[in-house]
Amino acid sequence: MIEIKNITKTYRDGDISFQALDNVSFQIKDGEFVAIMGPSGSGKSTLMHILGALDTPTSGTYLLDGQDVSTLSDNELADIRQDKIGFVFQSFNLLPRTTVLRNVMLPLIYEGVRGEERKRRAEVALRAAGLDATHWSHLSNQLSGGQIQRVAIARALVNNPTLILADEPTGNLDSKTGEIVLSTFQKLNTEHGRTIVLITHEREVAEYAKRIIFIKDGTLVKQL
Amino acid sequence: MNPFDLLQETYLSLSANKVRSALTILGIVIGISSVIAMVSIGQGAKAQIQSSIEGLGSNLLTILPGVVQPGRGIVSSGRGSAQTLENKDLPVLDSIEGIESVSPELSRRFQITAGTGNNTNTTVNGVLPTYASVRNLTIAEGTFISESNIHSLGRQVVLGATVATDLFGDTPPLGKTIKINKTNFRIVGLLTKKGGAGFSGPDDMVIVPLTTMQKILAGVDYLSTISISVTDKNRMNEVRDAVSDALLTRHRVAEADFSIISQEDILGTLSQVVDTFTIFLASIAGISLVVGGIGIMNMMLTTVTERTREIGLRKAIGAKRRDINRQFLVEAVALTFIGGFLGVILGWLIAATVTYLGLIQTQVSLMSVLLAFGVSTAIGIIFGYYPAQRAARLNPIDALRYE
Ligand SMILES: Nc1ncnc2c1ncn2[C@@H]1O[C@H](COP(=O)(O)OP(=O)(O)OP(=O)(O)O)[C@@H](O)[C@H]1O
Ligand SMILES: [Mg+2]
Repeated sequence: MIEIKNITKTYRDGDISFQALDNVSFQIKDGEFVAIMGPSGSGKSTLMHILGALDTPTSGTYLLDGQDVSTLSDNELADIRQDKIGFVFQSFNLLPRTTVLRNVMLPLIYEGVRGEERKRRAEVALRAAGLDATHWSHLSNQLSGGQIQRVAIARALVNNPTLILADEPTGNLDSKTGEIVLSTFQKLNTEHGRTIVLITHEREVAEYAKRIIFIKDGTLVKQL
Repeated sequence: MNPFDLLQETYLSLSANKVRSALTILGIVIGISSVIAMVSIGQGAKAQIQSSIEGLGSNLLTILPGVVQPGRGIVSSGRGSAQTLENKDLPVLDSIEGIESVSPELSRRFQITAGTGNNTNTTVNGVLPTYASVRNLTIAEGTFISESNIHSLGRQVVLGATVATDLFGDTPPLGKTIKINKTNFRIVGLLTKKGGAGFSGPDDMVIVPLTTMQKILAGVDYLSTISISVTDKNRMNEVRDAVSDALLTRHRVAEADFSIISQEDILGTLSQVVDTFTIFLASIAGISLVVGGIGIMNMMLTTVTERTREIGLRKAIGAKRRDINRQFLVEAVALTFIGGFLGVILGWLIAATVTYLGLIQTQVSLMSVLLAFGVSTAIGIIFGYYPAQRAARLNPIDALRYE
């Protein structure tokens, strides 16, 4: 359960300050599939960084499963990311020259999960993300764009997070591959009950979600 | 992250850039191996000097004319000091307890020619029969200078091993005649070869009766050295003081016009010189080690910049500051540790080669090997610390947005 109340984010660079988010409030319940839409520069990525505990808001509160995340320290934020959040980025998702399996296991390595258990969970995640077992021992630079995104999805799933955050996950893919990746998200939501927040500036992509939140110039304009 | 995973990550990232890692390691290898080689050569030289001085005869006191200051070499006292020891000094030594035997000597360099036409310029030492036992010399062939040779101003000579080969090559010299300063001498004995360091060795000299040396060859009646062997090593100081008192009384002087040097004095002085030299060489080698360390830092800083997005990604999926910090620190230490390991092997090979070529009997001590590992690991930590801190402090968002 995500509750955001009156979030603002101001970037300061010397004397110049820029308000990327202005008084944004909304809720996302467990098991929802939500898209956040808006034009370029509207503050979508900024919002996702706050939702993903990569950054803290300048003001306002962010409750994740009832816990106030907005005031946590660096290390506490790292713990939240490790336990509750899975990320899929637009590009540079995987460690270069590293096998698919090791990439997926990486969050578990940092968590301290042991060898066999680690491997078992990574395989479960890769299957859920729909990646064929023949690719599991490939290096990350031997994969197609669509396969890379599936590996990224598997990695986002592997630590059983409350929330999967995807920032333009299909931005670098052709529409056909994009559809496959998006239907993977849809399947994870409907069949596995995962909470998914998808960030995009394309209407067709946002259509996969059950709810769309529109933002513009850092403010929430409407919800569908 | 557990230690095994940490090592695996380290291996993966170092092997991802093999050439760069290898070159960085090379810097450390050169530094460590030269330190090891220099120190082992220095220690070998020291041990060699020790054994050759001990080979001169243990429990040995040497009385020299003039004043010698330990650690500064022979200091001329400025009053013709080379002639303060005489034959008349010998009787006063007889009454001192603790002296085993006394060997007065007069040595000069002369041109020596053999019947073969070969000639050499070497030290001619006029001695008494006691010389052989005091100086630990053994006769390989023939006899040593005898009492009757002394009384009869005999023209007998005993050759050191090097001189014998210089003059006669492979033909046996015993019984042959040589000319020392135009006087004929008959060869009655040959010394056993001592080998070892070339300095002041008994191989490169010839021995004649003291009386013959003083009256015929040199035409003087003073001595260049009086060697004394002491019955018991523990009585060295006691004997030394007694000899000093006796000679001061006989010479009727308040301040000594002679010096008494023990084995330990010579050993101490020479060891000090060799130590200084070893430290000097090792410091130069140490500088190359520091340069190697800077190479490590340079590589690590480049890697951190190159891997900014990777660091951001790792942080996004749950890596903490200390995970990133450790990862980069372990990478740096792994480089220096491998460098240290290879450096020890290379340094040891260099030392072994020096020994093999017969230059110096080198010694690689366990201590210097452990020190090399310690130092190389420390260099990894010192020069890896800053880059690792820099990586750990990266803000995950800035790192992810980094192009
Ligand atoms: N570190 C920063 N310092 C200053 N301004 C920043 C910083 N990060 C982002 N901004 C600004 O905040 C605004 C919102 O940026 P953000 O990346 O959230 O946009 P976005 O909606 O994700 O755009 P896009 O669709 O192009 O990815 C932009 O105008 C951007 O210039
Ligand atoms: Mg963006």
